[in-house]
Amino acid sequence: MSPFFTLLRRDITLALREGGAIGTALGFYLIVIALLPLGLGPDLNLLSRIAPGLLWIALLLSALLSLGRMFETDFEDGSLELLAIGGMPLELVAAAKALAHWLTTGIPLALLAPVLGILLNLDIAAYGVLIATMLAGTPAISFIGAIGAALTLRARRGGLLLALLILPLYVPTLIYGISAISGALLATNAFWPSFLILSALSLGSLVLGPIAAAAALRIQMQ
Amino acid sequence: MMQKQSITQKLANPTRFMALSGTLLPWLAGIAVILIAYGLYRGWTAPPDYQQGETIRIMYIHVPSAWLGMMGYALIAVSSFGLLVFRHPLADVSAKAAAPIGAAFTMLALVTGSLWGKPMWGTYWVWDARLTSVLLLFFLYLGLIALRTSIEDESLASKLTAVLALVGVVILPFIKISVEGLSIPWLGLEIPAWNTLHQPSSVFRTDGPKIHASQLYPLLYSALGFTFLFFTLHMKGMRNEILRRRVKALRIAEVDRAREREAVAAAE
Repeated sequence: MSPFFTLLRRDITLALREGGAIGTALGFYLIVIALLPLGLGPDLNLLSRIAPGLLWIALLLSALLSLGRMFETDFEDGSLELLAIGGMPLELVAAAKALAHWLTTGIPLALLAPVLGILLNLDIAAYGVLIATMLAGTPAISFIGAIGAALTLRARRGGLLLALLILPLYVPTLIYGISAISGALLATNAFWPSFLILSALSLGSLVLGPIAAAAALRIQMQ
Repeated sequence: MMQKQSITQKLANPTRFMALSGTLLPWLAGIAVILIAYGLYRGWTAPPDYQQGETIRIMYIHVPSAWLGMMGYALIAVSSFGLLVFRHPLADVSAKAAAPIGAAFTMLALVTGSLWGKPMWGTYWVWDARLTSVLLLFFLYLGLIALRTSIEDESLASKLTAVLALVGVVILPFIKISVEGLSIPWLGLEIPAWNTLHQPSSVFRTDGPKIHASQLYPLLYSALGFTFLFFTLHMKGMRNEILRRRVKALRIAEVDRAREREAVAAAE
């Protein structure tokens, strides 16, 4: 098996066995969505109208929670340095870790979203679109997030800083994710253009994320 | 054989930079003051706009600020590139000095814009596409400043901030397009702006490209003056940063010498 997949499998196994990592993000997502009607009032029409936006924003915040740990534990116990001096380029190491984050956080969150949609009275027609846009958009969250995780590795208050650095960079993903859903609901044929741009953003981040994250890691391990 | 040095190579020597900037600084500051004063005077004495009335005068500060906010980020990106690729010693000083100045101008653009918005739109803040993208630019500035201040090792902080600035400059066009839309007729490309999907019906008129000469010339003078002000502040900031680093180096040397003296005294 190639080193890339070995590392990927190791990270996924760690995330699954460690517990907490996936569960915390899902629990956070659930609680944020459950709090929103308490703050906004139980008007089902209102909630149904703003549900896609709420689900997307809460998903971004939940995914942010676990981003900080992407390189942290490996950096602390020194395995990141071993990976850095190993045969695999650091870009691939970063890519494997970001991919593992997407598989263990992005996908579970995207799959939980429609369940939480019930709480917000989300239009039944939107369920399929919601999952589709989230599955297409969450890779960008993990791969752009990898840059933030790498940059804040040795910073004080890394977690808060990570949110400040990375959230503005998620704006295109958020906008096209929402606009694909509202396009599909309005039946104005606005789904495909937005969805394709969303996918393009994810594909672009697949390239940009590992390169920038590896550059940041290299600077810190000199 | 001596190779001919380019200007950027010559300026890599901080002492030479200090000498040159010391001579240039008063001139830059003087030109900035004169141009801004003249531009604002012309703006103040120009006839009020037939539609916007007296509030048009806010434009003479607002437009240059917005422009310099964007230019500041471009300057940081170029400096970051200079630091990471050419390891130019002044590039990092330039990037560090430009961040707060650019952030301040972006903030100024937002504040003056919202002061103009109150009488014009009836509210201080509208989620208009351009306002939103300037706000996001301001967040990117905050991120750069926050990252730099929260890493203790200075050279590490510089390089990581440079990486973030370059990532920002790659993603910034996408943020701008996603918020403001994009239209390239000859490619048949048409991406709608974000707020056209769920913007309430309050459609407001922004300034058309046609602007009367009595408003255009004061604006040009003011914009040029503010640009000089930006570079004056930037140069002053760079000089301060170089001096700060020298003081720090001297202090460390002083501590080292004291430690040596102690070691010698203890040995005797």
